[in-house]
Amino acid sequence: MRVLVAMSGGVDSSVVAALLHAEGHEVIGATLQLYDHGAATARKGACCAGQDIHDARDVADRLGIAHYVLDREQRFRSAVIEDFAASYAAGETPIPCIRCNQTVKFHDLVELARDLGVEALATGHYARRLAGPAGPELHRAADAERDQSYFLCATTPAQLAFARFPLGDYPDKAAVRAVAERLGLAVAAKPDSQDICFVPTGRYHETVAALRPETALPGEIVHLDGRVLGTHRGLGRYTVGQGRGLGEASRDGETPLYVARLEAGTRRIVVGPRAALPQSTIPVREMNWLIPPPTAPLACTVKLRARETPQPAVVSWDAATGRLAVVPAAPAIAAPGQACALYEGTRLLGGGFIARGD
Amino acid sequence: MVRLYLDANATEPLRPAARAAVLAALDAVGNASAVHADGRTARRLLEAARSALAQRFGAAPGEIIFTSGGTEANALAIQALGAGRRLLIGATEHPAVLAAAPGATPLPVGTAGQVDLEALAALLADGPPALVCLMAANNESGVLHPLAAAAALCTAAGARLHVDAVQAGRLNPPLIGDSMALSGHKLGGPMGAGALLLRPGTVLPPLIAGGGQERGRRGGTEALPAIAGMAAALPELGEAARLAALRDRIEAGIAALAPEAWIAGQGAPRLPNTSLIVLPGAAAETQVIALDLAGIATSAGAACSSGKVTRSHVLAAMGAGEAAGCGLRVSLPWNAPEDAPERFLEAWAMMRGRLSRRAA
Repeated sequence: MRVLVAMSGGVDSSVVAALLHAEGHEVIGATLQLYDHGAATARKGACCAGQDIHDARDVADRLGIAHYVLDREQRFRSAVIEDFAASYAAGETPIPCIRCNQTVKFHDLVELARDLGVEALATGHYARRLAGPAGPELHRAADAERDQSYFLCATTPAQLAFARFPLGDYPDKAAVRAVAERLGLAVAAKPDSQDICFVPTGRYHETVAALRPETALPGEIVHLDGRVLGTHRGLGRYTVGQGRGLGEASRDGETPLYVARLEAGTRRIVVGPRAALPQSTIPVREMNWLIPPPTAPLACTVKLRARETPQPAVVSWDAATGRLAVVPAAPAIAAPGQACALYEGTRLLGGGFIARGD
Repeated sequence: MVRLYLDANATEPLRPAARAAVLAALDAVGNASAVHADGRTARRLLEAARSALAQRFGAAPGEIIFTSGGTEANALAIQALGAGRRLLIGATEHPAVLAAAPGATPLPVGTAGQVDLEALAALLADGPPALVCLMAANNESGVLHPLAAAAALCTAAGARLHVDAVQAGRLNPPLIGDSMALSGHKLGGPMGAGALLLRPGTVLPPLIAGGGQERGRRGGTEALPAIAGMAAALPELGEAARLAALRDRIEAGIAALAPEAWIAGQGAPRLPNTSLIVLPGAAAETQVIALDLAGIATSAGAACSSGKVTRSHVLAAMGAGEAAGCGLRVSLPWNAPEDAPERFLEAWAMMRGRLSRRAA
């Protein structure tokens, strides 16, 4: 078949291209140019840098496959970077990799693939697409450490039908690197990307403040009981559950304090003791379902942040409001703006974004 | 799959005569600046190339400066002739010119892509002496500027005129204005040589002084094989008419297939080999990729070195609006096969069918 491979220039997507090519498919490589790399020069460890485009092209050349660089700077800016800043300005903690997958990667690349008469879109994500009785299902990767299904929770059923994740069955990253080495790919030993690609310095609040200056304005730090404890240096530096950066408000006597809530309107940060943070009900918006939306409360497991194992919960879907109410078995800390992914065993049932409680 | 190359404006295939000249020059051992007999042999080849260009473009041999290519020739002219002058640059000029003239005032073009002569006259009248830069033929649309009229306006206003003839070189345009830039590989020679032609008496300080080659106007040992190849890359008689007929068949086919498509600058005089086909709603990038996968090499205006396709500033200047991102450039090489229009149209129709299916 003719298959489009989203090649980032990293080892994972390079191996995907090489494997599909070796299987005899007509592989077309596409690398997205997402932002101006001039400022973020050749810094190892961050994805999508200029060097990565070069690496992707080298791999494609070595395989002898067609390869194209797609200019998506404007699209990425409006769909991902501005959304990232707006989310901070609204007192949330955004998760731009999901927005990117949702828009620039899956929506746009699937569209391009169809325009080109391509039959599938393959990526280097660690997730499994398995045939189920009612069509393709998305499952956690065999390597639980590497599993990226959380980041794919906004993938629609139509996109999933078109997608392929050839690395989902690999036991670990070492096995993927070994394939890269065996195939003679120069990227075999390339470091993994760590940061959010468009913030190569890792200082998110600076990127956000450049777009939304209000996120760098100081405001009050207030205790849940109403006492004003201090001043903060801008909402863009804080997230729910955070204990650092609170200065004089980091302790109430002997009790350490954490961010419980960010209030965009008043620019206030509300803090409280750890025990006061967990919520018994977590509202979720922008739900994407990979199963028929449940009409009754559904027992499943939920994942509220990238680095945690799914926890038992009961979720109730309200089709009229488009909201999901998540009741975890044990109250949990949830940061608005982060994703909530629902699982049944290894299967991803759907996902959305955590909303504010108000 | 036999590929079809329709991207001559990016680079022409090497002509056999140019290839022979390159090979002969590669075996000439001397440096053209050396004193000995071998040096004189190389010098003879170099000067023969200079004479051939002089004859072809109606310039004095002593006023031809060999450069590394069109970009350097343009940069040299703008740097040297624009010093202390206002820069007036056509809105549809090539990046080689635009980037060499930061802060220049753009000269608007009409919807057909030709420079607005009234606007030029008004700008010339309003301010200190200027250097005007206009391309003889546009690389994306093939549209020819009314250079004789523009040159007359410049002369009357005491302005200098530099002409980028990189694409128009194939038409053997006579030297017009104060200077004219050429590129070897756009004629069918190898990459690596270009030339700047000067009106006699034009004083030109070098960008690179080096060893004083090219009468002190461009330092560095001349790239003799590339220069010999450029001089030997003469278009055959009747080539333009043959290409124009192929181009017209493509454009007639497009009109029959797709009423929504249009040809940029179709009403203006154009290069015989170039057609900029605008298919509203279809991203240029997608069109180029789809045709490449079908075995046909085309282009979407200017691709940057990373290979990414950007919105066409040429179509934007011609008032195309949203459609500035939807132009596909077809440029027929000197050796385009007779069935090129039919093969292109078949692939183009299939591509359009796929794109409109999604839009529907």
